[in-house]
Amino acid sequence: MPTDFELTIRPRKGWQAVDFTEAYLYRELFAFLVWRDVKIRYRQTLLGGLWAILQPFIAMLIFSFIFNRLAHVQSDGPPYKLFAYAGLAPWTFFSTSVTQSSNSLLANHQLVSKVYFPRIFIPLGAIGALLLDLLLSLGLFFAMMLYYRWPATVALLWLPLFILVAVLATAGTGLTLSALNVSFRDVKYVVPFLVQMGLFVTPVIYPARYVPARWQVLLGLNPMAGVVIGFRHALLGTPASWAVMGVSIGVSVALFVFGLLIFRRMENRFADII
Amino acid sequence: MKPILEIRELSKQYKLGWQRLRKAQNVRELIADGLTKPLRMLRGNQNHGPAKQEPFTLWALEKVNLDIYEGDIIGIIGRNGAGKSTLLKILSRITSPSNGTVVIRGRLASLLEVGTGFHPELTGKENIFLNGAILGMRRAEIIRRFDEIVAFAEVEKFLDTPVKHYSSGMYVRLAFAVAAHLDPEILVVDEVLAVGDLSFQKKCLGKMGEVSRSGRTVLFVSHNMAAIENLCTRGIVLHQGKLHFDGATKDAIQYYLNSLSTRFGTGHVVDLDGVGDRRSIVAPLLKRLEFFTENEQPLLEGLPTGSKLKIRVHFDLPGPTLSFNVGLGFNNSYGQRVFTAHSMFEPNRSVKESVGPQVFTCEIPSFTLMPGEYSVKVFLELKNREADAIEDAAKISVLESDFYGTGKVPKNGMFVLEHGWYLEQAADAK
Repeated sequence: MPTDFELTIRPRKGWQAVDFTEAYLYRELFAFLVWRDVKIRYRQTLLGGLWAILQPFIAMLIFSFIFNRLAHVQSDGPPYKLFAYAGLAPWTFFSTSVTQSSNSLLANHQLVSKVYFPRIFIPLGAIGALLLDLLLSLGLFFAMMLYYRWPATVALLWLPLFILVAVLATAGTGLTLSALNVSFRDVKYVVPFLVQMGLFVTPVIYPARYVPARWQVLLGLNPMAGVVIGFRHALLGTPASWAVMGVSIGVSVALFVFGLLIFRRMENRFADII
Repeated sequence: MKPILEIRELSKQYKLGWQRLRKAQNVRELIADGLTKPLRMLRGNQNHGPAKQEPFTLWALEKVNLDIYEGDIIGIIGRNGAGKSTLLKILSRITSPSNGTVVIRGRLASLLEVGTGFHPELTGKENIFLNGAILGMRRAEIIRRFDEIVAFAEVEKFLDTPVKHYSSGMYVRLAFAVAAHLDPEILVVDEVLAVGDLSFQKKCLGKMGEVSRSGRTVLFVSHNMAAIENLCTRGIVLHQGKLHFDGATKDAIQYYLNSLSTRFGTGHVVDLDGVGDRRSIVAPLLKRLEFFTENEQPLLEGLPTGSKLKIRVHFDLPGPTLSFNVGLGFNNSYGQRVFTAHSMFEPNRSVKESVGPQVFTCEIPSFTLMPGEYSVKVFLELKNREADAIEDAAKISVLESDFYGTGKVPKNGMFVLEHGWYLEQAADAK
């Protein structure tokens, strides 16, 4: 923080611009908050960071058995296990992040009511820490590709883009829900429902081609649909519709901007009502 | 010279929820009431539906004007609820004002609570870095002052132990040590010295004195008048959100003490009817307090430690209700709550529908707090929600007494307890 500056505190009402300069000044704190979440997440657990890859891995085994073996859901080319895992990795990131970030302000109510720093760091910090889990689980995915001898393609270059889109969609949802959660504890009931239903409306356990052609673009309105399709395209080289992914990317960006603005609008009242 | 802090017409209003003026009369209305609740909440305070609602608002700060110059050490005094913490929270930007402005010309750091952001699972060392960052220190700054912080907190041996295994003393020492090594131009400190043992409190006061002598500006809230008098160069008194006094520290303390004593009536009866300084969410329902001691004698002077204390609380119930409770809170001179008596803890509480004037009597067979001044907060709850509350409704002076019946007067600690000592020959004695 600068030593000689002048700051004026005024009543704040309504919509405000996001203060990126301030967020930049506090950047070290953001790193510390992410680091804290990473450190404490697996403290006093036997398996530690292994949980990051065990969750999607076990889910993959169960889903392969139920949907592939029993219900005969087919992948769109690659072995079903690879196919399911490529979808479950971003989906697990999304669902865990939304669950944790929507509750993050309440869990850190002490920080909200006793110190000042950009509040936005609290939900974003929770997501940042989980991003590390996503990267770890992708590591396991590459090992599985070797095992199944499934070749990587040039499409792999798109992966960073889809990770970014996943982060934007997750952050937009997390920011909105965490801000609403301060005033309306209804969020507590909405989130598990959203996460559970989301798994079925997103092509995680079935390929996108199962959705009828005229509804494909509608599918893109679910930002995670485009993310999952994009992850598969990048990791497995499966065909993907850029129309669907384009809609999802647009929705993700819009959701992120909306999340930033609504969070900013609601944050002046956090300390008073939390 | 321009003031380092310029406070203009600063006001803060809190909405304390909506008061229900009319209760649902039957099951049908009750259900309708429940179903329309989301709508009403979204609409705000408009009067619709079966239960008329009106917002209860409170001005925690009202048109405060203040100029603070570099090097000022300001002591902020006032009763609980006078607006001291609200002022500090606005200055720290934790909450925004409803009206008015503050201009800050310098780096401001605030310490409103010791150990905010400490995480029990992290080690002492990790917490120093995390807490330092939360309080606004740069990483490089923390590294530079790391050894000083550790030495001040006296926790060298436990740096790699998670703080959940720390004793409460160690925890507080570490937390204060981090905060004490902040290097701001303006330091804002809320009542944080009420924690920790006496020797550590002295060390903290010493550190604060050091900070203030270094030419920095400090705003300091405390109920500890001795600390205020020693540290501060200027005192301000807040009362019900308004600035009542601004001047020399000694005069401010005198003003505050005088304002306290005018509040208490003579004799053992305290009339609460005219008291304006209250939070009456429903209405001013609390009417009167009466104090008695042994043998139903009115309590006219001090109460010796360990004597019986009986407090009769007179109040009105506005409508027939089953669910009402009265509480009495006792605060010591540091503003710390030392004991709360609450009628919900009474196992033989009779439950019957009541309305109109009531008297609830609280009997404490042995009031074992140590000698000193205690302020009494009284509050009435209807359906588990606060309906009327008065901070500092009355004051009790507890006097020294021969509690243990040995002719020796106990001096240390916060209270006395019945206890015994037994001497035995050690089993391994030859």
